[in-house]
Amino acid sequence: MISESNSFVKGVVLGGAFCMLVTLLGHIKVGHGTKAHHHEHHHIQAPNKEDVLNLSEGERVELSKSIRVYCIILVKPKDLGHWAAVKETWSKHCDKVEFYSSENVKVFDSVALNTNDLWMMMRKAYKITYERYKDEFSWFFLAYPTTFAIIENLKYFLLKKDPSQPFYIGHTVKSGDLEYVDGEGGIVLSIESLTRLSRVLEDSDKCPEQGGMIWKLAEDKQLAICLKYTGVFAENAEDAEGKDVFNTKSVGALIKEAMSTHPQQVVDGCCSDMAITFSGLAPNHMHVMMYGVYRLRPYGHTYNDALVFLPPAGSDND
Amino acid sequence: MGDITGGRVSPPPLHTDTPPPLPQATMLLPGLKSAWLPFHGGVFVGFAATFLLLHGVLLPRPMPPPSRDPQEIDDPPGTTRSPVLYGVAPSASAGEDAGEARALYERVRILCWVMTGPGTLETKARHVRATWARRCNVALFMSSEPDERFPAVGLPVQEGRHQLYWKTIRAFQYVYRHHLDRADWFLKADDDTFVVVANLRWLLAGHPPDRPIYFGKRFKPFAKQGYMSGGAGYVLSKEALRRFVTAFASGTCTHTSAVEDLAMGQCLEKVGVEAGDSRDTWGRETFHPFPPESHLTDKFSQSFWYRSYCYYPIVEGPQCCSDLSVSFHYVSGEQMYALEYLTHRLRPYGYQPRYRPPPPPPPHIAPLLPWGPQMPCPPPPGAPAPPSPCPPPTPARAAWP
Repeated sequence: MISESNSFVKGVVLGGAFCMLVTLLGHIKVGHGTKAHHHEHHHIQAPNKEDVLNLSEGERVELSKSIRVYCIILVKPKDLGHWAAVKETWSKHCDKVEFYSSENVKVFDSVALNTNDLWMMMRKAYKITYERYKDEFSWFFLAYPTTFAIIENLKYFLLKKDPSQPFYIGHTVKSGDLEYVDGEGGIVLSIESLTRLSRVLEDSDKCPEQGGMIWKLAEDKQLAICLKYTGVFAENAEDAEGKDVFNTKSVGALIKEAMSTHPQQVVDGCCSDMAITFSGLAPNHMHVMMYGVYRLRPYGHTYNDALVFLPPAGSDND
Repeated sequence: MGDITGGRVSPPPLHTDTPPPLPQATMLLPGLKSAWLPFHGGVFVGFAATFLLLHGVLLPRPMPPPSRDPQEIDDPPGTTRSPVLYGVAPSASAGEDAGEARALYERVRILCWVMTGPGTLETKARHVRATWARRCNVALFMSSEPDERFPAVGLPVQEGRHQLYWKTIRAFQYVYRHHLDRADWFLKADDDTFVVVANLRWLLAGHPPDRPIYFGKRFKPFAKQGYMSGGAGYVLSKEALRRFVTAFASGTCTHTSAVEDLAMGQCLEKVGVEAGDSRDTWGRETFHPFPPESHLTDKFSQSFWYRSYCYYPIVEGPQCCSDLSVSFHYVSGEQMYALEYLTHRLRPYGYQPRYRPPPPPPPHIAPLLPWGPQMPCPPPPGAPAPPSPCPPPTPARAAWP
């Protein structure tokens, strides 16, 4: 009898010790992982709401004007419907927007790149942008025509960030060892990153025009590789609750996912209140987004915001 | 003896003339054979207990942030549920002021009843309940069968398009009998109508509820003053409701047809209820019989019935719809949540909208002055907005006292 209870006690001790060991190992492993990739897998956050409440109206206007965003939209003639929608909707809120097209189109003004290859288009667009606008803008936002962006929320997100630091921000994806910003969600570069990029684009060893030896790499991955050589790493943008602010899917798609994963809290679980981009949108959806974001609102709520943005001239859908 | 300097791979030789002893385990753990069960039982118990201790007590999981959706408020256990949903006053997050919205919630009380049925309770009405229903002061789901859990009212009607007007009559009678004192305005909506209740309050705040008037998406045929589209939702003042119910009690109005909205409009016209103009102060429509995408992007063909039905001129494109729109119809469940998100959550930080709606007049002024579209100065297209939407047309209306 005594020997049996003895064995029992030994068993309990052994079991407990084993459990603690396994738990401890699990936690150490996780901690180690994030530390090792700390400088690559940043979770970059929006500014705190409290920081910004003590500015006068004039100070807020000045602050708002100081964050200047230049928008690059990469388009091809086949995207004409989306191109038109982007032109008529959110791109009017960029400080300056230009459409970089694979080839010239009669209907719209564009910067003709004379190439159909997306990586070549991206290289040329960034090069031209740097040459022409390096002294005029501090932030550079690149998007495809299926993306809808809220530039005001982008500016708020960038509020306390120093553009002379190498920022490369968006919705990040990990592919093996490479962390890159998914082009679908939009790509944000600070002037410092753009400067470094323009230098490394000349280096055909580190950043060749024909990327990828056996099969072609997607252009957003190529960009990440080139930037990595200059010490610029991708960072995933999130709000204070950890929700992504750059989205590679549409509101509808994200709502559908939320309806199946947490049907009791669909809107809460879906998307950030200060989302910057959604993607995979048809041209009509851009008009709905424009109305839903900039105009449709419930009467009786006012906000104490640190920034002040006025509607752009020559527009009536915002 | 063996070589002790080299790496020996084989164990030292045993005495080969006697068989090897029993497996070593029994030597290592004395009394194991009889204690096999307690030992393994102990391992299991020790592991499980430690696991529970660690994960339950010592390693707390982060609390999810509190939900900002209007919450289900549970009655105390044992309460027999009446099929009513009570609303929740507007709340504000950090840096947001909802004072005016809250004041209007108290001052302009709206009862919403949603036309639904047993077949669409869980597929459609559920999403209404999860989104805008709680923003009404009182919400009721009108079905042909009671459902205590949802909750839904069981009206003495059958389902089907031919019963729609009966359902409407019974619903308004039910509301009049049970909830008259809980609200000033009474909204009817479908379970695929999305309603921005705060904007309905803004629209109605300028009208006293003892005025016989109702609002909605105004159609022109078949009735002299027109009638309101059923799907886009319509809202009756308390006096309008009183007249409607009394008219049925007295026989002045009867069940004339199954076309609910038209029959409704004809009865209300008969008893002197005015068909109101629900457009905003820039003359833009607020009640919409189709989803936002249709109004914003469709080009309605010349022969489309809608063109000949609209009481006011149709505007296609972005000016179709007020910033303070009240309703959209034919909205799927997924679109309900999407609209809820776009309306109440997502916003452009710091943005000063082009349209700055004037505040509604205080209650003692509301009966004295017109409230609604002020056509004298529509905005020129593309021009920046004046600081308030329109300067007062005449000096007498310059300021509320």
